[in-house]
Amino acid sequence: MLNYAVKRLGLSIAIVSLAMFLLFCMIYLVPGDPASVALGPRATDAMKEALRVKMGLDQPIWVQFWNFFSGAWTGDLGEEVLSGRPVLDVVFEQLPYTLILIAGGITWSVALGIPLGCWAAINRGSFADRLVGILSVAVIAVPSFVVAIYALLIFAVTLQWLPAIGAGEPGDIGDQLVHLILPSLAVGLGWVGYIARMVRASMLEVLEASHIRTARAFGLPDRTITYRYALTIAILPTITLLGVGIGQMLSSAVFAEIVFARPGVGKLVYDAILTRNFPVVTGAVLVTTVIFVLLNLVADLIVGALDPRVRSSF
Amino acid sequence: MSTLSISGLNVFFSTEDGPLHALKDVAFEVPERKIVGIVGESGCGKSTLINAILGLLADNGEVRSGQILFEGSHELTQLSKVEMQNLRGPRISTVFQDPMGALNPVLSVGQQMVNIQYRDDASKAQKAARAVEMLQLVRIPDAESALGRYPHQFSGGMKQRIAIAMALMMEPALLIADEPTTALDATLEVTTIELLKDLQKKIGCSVMFISHHLGVIAELCDDVVVMYAGEVVERGTVRDVFHAPGHPYTRRLLECDPARQTERTRILPTIPGEIPDLRARPQGCVFAARCLQQHLGCDQPQVEQNLGHDHAARCNLADEVSNQEVSA
Ligand SMILES: Nc1ncnc2c1ncn2[C@@H]1O[C@H](COP(=O)(O)OP(=O)(O)O)[C@@H](O)[C@H]1O
Ligand SMILES: [Mg+2]
Repeated sequence: MLNYAVKRLGLSIAIVSLAMFLLFCMIYLVPGDPASVALGPRATDAMKEALRVKMGLDQPIWVQFWNFFSGAWTGDLGEEVLSGRPVLDVVFEQLPYTLILIAGGITWSVALGIPLGCWAAINRGSFADRLVGILSVAVIAVPSFVVAIYALLIFAVTLQWLPAIGAGEPGDIGDQLVHLILPSLAVGLGWVGYIARMVRASMLEVLEASHIRTARAFGLPDRTITYRYALTIAILPTITLLGVGIGQMLSSAVFAEIVFARPGVGKLVYDAILTRNFPVVTGAVLVTTVIFVLLNLVADLIVGALDPRVRSSF
Repeated sequence: MSTLSISGLNVFFSTEDGPLHALKDVAFEVPERKIVGIVGESGCGKSTLINAILGLLADNGEVRSGQILFEGSHELTQLSKVEMQNLRGPRISTVFQDPMGALNPVLSVGQQMVNIQYRDDASKAQKAARAVEMLQLVRIPDAESALGRYPHQFSGGMKQRIAIAMALMMEPALLIADEPTTALDATLEVTTIELLKDLQKKIGCSVMFISHHLGVIAELCDDVVVMYAGEVVERGTVRDVFHAPGHPYTRRLLECDPARQTERTRILPTIPGEIPDLRARPQGCVFAARCLQQHLGCDQPQVEQNLGHDHAARCNLADEVSNQEVSA
């Protein structure tokens, strides 16, 4: 297992490095001078030149790349244009909100998706199975910002069951959880569909396997066979899928944070784009990439921990 | 009293192209403490027969008629789901064909062996001890630590022995083994067969041993049932059937047996032609199209002919043909 973890970590580091390289290329290749973009149309040439030197844009490209790359790996993502605060601090301030939002989305998708998929597989071909199939496709098809807007209109504005905006009183966990319900539903609802479909498909496949026939031939109760012999295998591809899906949830989180006026990295990036605070945009994208890669790593390690075959194949 | 007594068993599968008559009028006995071999080409319905006995037919399968009488008292085709589930394991244990996939990949061998003892009141430690004992019986080296390992950490031969250990741990009245040695190489096959024979004596169960390997049947079994296209074409003691085969199909099988070839090959017995489409069974003999001894009687439904004590062949010409054969 340790061997597997180390190899998988190496892969993650390579992916993050590649992402940094691509991000650098994008910044460098985008036409226009970052300094004048940052300072706006009314800046004088002297101001632009000063900022260019401060940002290191007067250096040769490979020096710039090295500065960017080594800086990023050591947590130096530059400074905010106006306040001069380190970008990393700014992003980390907002990060917990987004992580909790995504955790909420995962909770929705797992808590609803796995039982629905499992139920559909066991009652294959029944009305319930078809209903789950149709609902899955429906929630996958609806974009998350639409879910966000309708959830807000129905549950917060019309019914007034749940709060509409913000993240809740700091320190009041109950209030924060209540504020989390709708935005996390917007992030996770589509994934209920993906997971239900995935679990159903892999469950049907596993139930056909010959080891399940062995379990039946020993007269094990249906419940044991379904949950301990089949579902433990059928959820493995789902965990991997979720790891990848976190990327999409991160992008849904941007919309959810804007619609519900919640603090978070998505809101931060949105505001930063509006105010041309580009170091913050870059920094937030990098941090998000790292988070994505890390969560992917976690998903793979969980699969490794649950599946002895994966563990020993590395 | 026979451990298993099957009569008039007819099994159908519904398929897109209409009903498939997979087992037709199957009848034979598994006497107490005897090993009965079931032999036939692949596709002749051996696995279907097992599944029908175990009540594990696929959803599209159905026992249309017939009796499967277990230990003289249980009519398996009439049992409820729960009653059948309670027989599977403790009374009727099974070793399946595919040693690679027969064990759960994410549960350790120990967990699986403890789980199947769920009906016992014994403590977990006692159940584990029982598992170790059985693994030692089937000669798994280092049985204690084997409990903590997972199926993929064992070779195919070891997995098959673990499967045998699991089945016999239940001390069943009937052990069903579906081609348990087909996937193993020749030497492993021999040791596994010997092991099975030893353990059968020890536990005193009856065995239904499915194989398409005649040499193995001859080595291991008391009686043999020859199946073709879902029908029992011949049955009797191994001695009678192998020395005086009454059905032309049995004779062809014996002629094609690799053990009788001068060179040792692993190629399965082959007879030119194929099993007829079971969705459209011929009116007359199912084997007629491939038979070398064709007569007018082949067009008629075949009736089982008695060839001696507990030896019968489903060929209208069985008496004649075997007499010819003897005189020739
Ligand atoms: N679930 C099923 N649906 C339709 N046909 C089946 C099904 N299972 C088995 N059959 C058919 O029944 C026949 C017997 O198959 P099987 O019992 O697997 O043979 P064997 O084990 O002797 O190789 C074959 O013609 C096979 O195609
Ligand atoms: Mg078979």
